[in-house]
Parts: sequence; C-alpha cells; structure tokens
Amino acid sequence: MNEKYVMRDPTAETAGAMRERVAPPDDLSKATIGLFSISKERSSEFLDTLQERLAARGLEVLRFAKPTHTKPAPESVLADIVERCDVVVEALAD
Amino acid sequence: MELLAVVKRECETCQLVGPVLAELRKRGRLELWSQDDPAFPEVAGGSRDDRSLETSWRHKVEIVPTLIRMEGGREVDRAEGWVSAEWERVTGIAGLGAALPAFKPGCGSKSVEAGMPERLALRFGEIKLASRPIVVDPMDDPIEVTYDRGWSDGLPVVPPTDLRVARMLSGTTRKPAEVLGLIPPNLVECTVEKAAVNAVLAGCRPEYFPVALATIEAALKPEFSMHGLLATLWFSGPVIIVNGPVARRIGMNSGGNALGQGNRANATIGRALQLVIRNVGGGRPQEIDRSVLGNPGKYTFCFAEDESDPAWVPLNVARGHARGSSTVTLFHGDGVQGVADQKSRDAESLARSLAMALCAVGHPKLAETANAILVLSPDHYAIFRQAAWGRAEIEAALYEALRRPGRDLVVGAHGVGEGIDPARAEEMVDKFRPGGLLVVRAGGAGGLMSAVIGGWIAQRRHTEVQIVSQEVKS
Repeated sequence: MNEKYVMRDPTAETAGAMRERVAPPDDLSKATIGLFSISKERSSEFLDTLQERLAARGLEVLRFAKPTHTKPAPESVLADIVERCDVVVEALAD
Repeated sequence: MELLAVVKRECETCQLVGPVLAELRKRGRLELWSQDDPAFPEVAGGSRDDRSLETSWRHKVEIVPTLIRMEGGREVDRAEGWVSAEWERVTGIAGLGAALPAFKPGCGSKSVEAGMPERLALRFGEIKLASRPIVVDPMDDPIEVTYDRGWSDGLPVVPPTDLRVARMLSGTTRKPAEVLGLIPPNLVECTVEKAAVNAVLAGCRPEYFPVALATIEAALKPEFSMHGLLATLWFSGPVIIVNGPVARRIGMNSGGNALGQGNRANATIGRALQLVIRNVGGGRPQEIDRSVLGNPGKYTFCFAEDESDPAWVPLNVARGHARGSSTVTLFHGDGVQGVADQKSRDAESLARSLAMALCAVGHPKLAETANAILVLSPDHYAIFRQAAWGRAEIEAALYEALRRPGRDLVVGAHGVGEGIDPARAEEMVDKFRPGGLLVVRAGGAGGLMSAVIGGWIAQRRHTEVQIVSQEVKS
C-alpha cells in the first residue's frame, strides 16, 4: 500500500461548507412578502387565504407562480422574487 | 535509421528470435526492450527494462516480438511476431534469420492485457480526470467513506478509483468532457466523466456505459420532466425498458424474474441514473424528493424486452425507432401489480381480463390520468399468439375494453367522491390516452400471469410529462 487510495468525487462539487440560514426578520411590517405558487392544484386557494390575512394586517404582499409544478421555476421568476421580496412563502400541494 | 524491438521472456517466439536480435545488435542498430526480464535475451546480451511498460505503451505495442523502424524519431514501419519476410523488409537485411522457420506468430503484449491500457494511460498522463480527487485515509474503509459523504442510495457502492473510472470511460467513444445536460433538481452540468464516476458507484461494467448514458440523456429531455418525477409526492421513479441488440450484447435479462434482482446490467443501469440524480443533481429523499412512500424501484428499475418472437413488434419499433436499433424507453412508474388470469383461454377474454386490472391504475374511477406498462408474460402472450394477435390487435382490444361510460366514473358516482369531471357523464371515456399504455413482453415461462406497472398521476398533463425514448450510441 505505497500508493494513496484516491476516489473521484461523483457530486457536482458545488457543495461548500454548511451555509447559515438567513435569520427571519424581526418585524414584518416593513417587509415585502412574496407568495409563490408552484401551480399545483389548489395551491392558489391556500395562498389566496394567506394573502387576505396578511393584507388585513396591512402587510405588502406580492404573488408569483411558476408555469408548471412538473418543472423547476424559470430563472426569471426566481430573480423577480429575490429582487422584490424580503420573505417568501412557497405553496405546494393538492 | 534506428530499430526498436520489444520482447518478453515468457513468449516462445521472442525466445526464437533471440539470435536475430543478437545479429541486429551486433550491427549496432537496435534498441531492445523487455517487458518482464531485462536479462533476456541472454544471447543478445539482455535488454533495456520496460517492466513499467511505458515504452510498450508509447509505441502502441500489441504483440511481442514487435520490431519497429524509426527515422528521425518517427515510426516508418513495423513487424509483429516473426515473419522473416517482414523482418527483412523492416531491417533492409536480406536473409535475416534464415535458419529460423519462416513464420511463427507472436504473443500478446503485457501492455494490452485486460485493464492495462487504462492503467498505463492514467500512469503516463494520457487520461486526465477532471473530477475532484478524494484521498482516503489509510485507516478508513473506502466504502464507509462513500456512505459518510452521502454518495450511496443506501446499498454499498463501488469506490470510484481512477482506474475504475478510466475503464468505464473506455466503454464509450464519447469525450469525458462532453456535457450531457443539466441534472435536476440543482440543474448542474453533467459530463460524460461525471456520469462514468456514478456508473462506477452503481456497479456498471464499461460495456453497459453507453446504455447508462442514453438513459441519462433520455431522462434529461424536457418532456420527461425528471425534476417533477423526482420531486413528486407520488411513488414513481424512472422505469427503463431496453430494446435492441445491445440488450443481448450486455447480457440483460428479459426472461424469468426480469423485473427482479439477479442481473448485473438490469440492476446497475437503472441505479446509475438514480445516483446521477442524487449526486450530480442533488436530489435526495426527504429533501427535494418529496415522495410520501416511494417504491423499491427507486433504487433501480430497468429491464429488457423479450424480442425472441420475430412476429412481435418491439416497443421501440412501435414508438418509431428502426427495427434492430438499440434504445432505452423511460417511463414514470410505480411498483409491480401482479395480474392472475389462469382461466381465459381465448384472446378476447384475456384482453378484457387484463383491462380490468389496468382500470385500477391511479384509481379505478380516474381516466387519462396515470399511464401504465402492461408486462405480458410468455404464457399470456401465447394465448394472443395462438389467435394470431400481435401488438396492434392486443392494444386495440385493451383500449376497447378500457373505454367506460363517464357516468360510472364521475365524482360521486357509486358513492365514491373520487372521479372525473361531472361534465363528462354522457361521454364514453378512455382509461389511457393514445400511447399512454405500453405493452411490453418479458418474463419466464410457467405462469398465466402478467404485471401492471402503474404510472405517475402527473402524466395527466400529457403535454408536459411524456414517455421518452433515446437511441443508444457507442
């Protein structure tokens, strides 16, 4: 065993050190809240209810959706959310 | 003009030509190398040491003895084995080795023994792997390291050493740096080399690699929606059906237990795709993979179609590929539901019977929702064959038997809330859209039983989620 035992990394090699989660804002009153539908059946019902309740508290709410739940969100939609929102709620399910 | 010869002691032809080599050396024109013993051939005063095989590899020696004429550092002629006329031509010496028989074939060069070309290409720098090297501490078990790093699907993987990756790459003519596409969910580029690393993990042999590459390419077609298939709550994973000569060439199982364990190609090709999704794409259970229950086929689900009956139209031909082509077809499938019918004796009865089982796919009251594979066993197929039914007749009878009155299927009908749109109550409704039912032949003899593999309910979005096929390239 003179030679080192070397394996090749099967991953995308993009994983760095563990990333810290962004701390949630202390105060939502000045935050823009994004509601993001993945376009699965009835996810909009959930988000509509959420929007009503947040709006009733006087919070600023923006709506986003990806075209279909079967494919990843387009870069443009993700960029839009990042640029305009402080917080985002993603809705799944049937 | 310079001469270069490569020999090995264990080769009888090399021993035979010893006096000839001594003669050439006496004339002062020979650079002589031995692959196994520098003292050989004693009659010529020994050789230079090529036990590393570097000289043999650099000169692409396949047979010993090999005699090469060099001019200005470039090869201009070569002779392999002992053929006196060829040695005379290469050396320009008439009557060389006149005492020897005119011809004796050589032996295989040590540089071309199984696995050696890749080993030498790595050692002498022709193959340079781009993937990050992971050095395993001598105190660690490499297989445990693969677990610790999260590379495994739960079963042990084969550690992807440089040599194994290089051998895997020898299974294809494609360049290691070629990009196959973006692997979901993280949409990361996957090169041929990265696919090879994962194919090693999965346990593939190099000759399976072109099929694994075709499988990855098929999964990346946008219309297959691999991202959604990974992320779904539903049970499904990719089910791979291999057609054509490649299935026989690599020894795939289309016979007894074709959907089960025990065949290396069946087991590892499907697993290679799943490991690419996991490792390159970053798709893992309980993360982006949201499946409520999953199914055992998500380790691997790959089999070949039985094409032994020339009257049968293979799946890939039915889907538009040339007869005799090798392809993979990818389906979004769940587990296996067995169908017993031991009493039908005619084709019509059997078709109606199998259709009953197919009605349950997704839900008995849903239609045009989930697709299905019907795996016809040899004994069930024999009943159709006896009636001279081929693929077209079987599919037509199944579709006919699967067409039901909408009023039986609508929401609330028969006291069941699940069901189709009430507006369709007066229609006759097909269970599957055209092309949504794949009839495939596989299995061993001895049982009047077939199998239904139910599909992903997102197949209801038939423009976004489609069954795909891909030709296998070398």
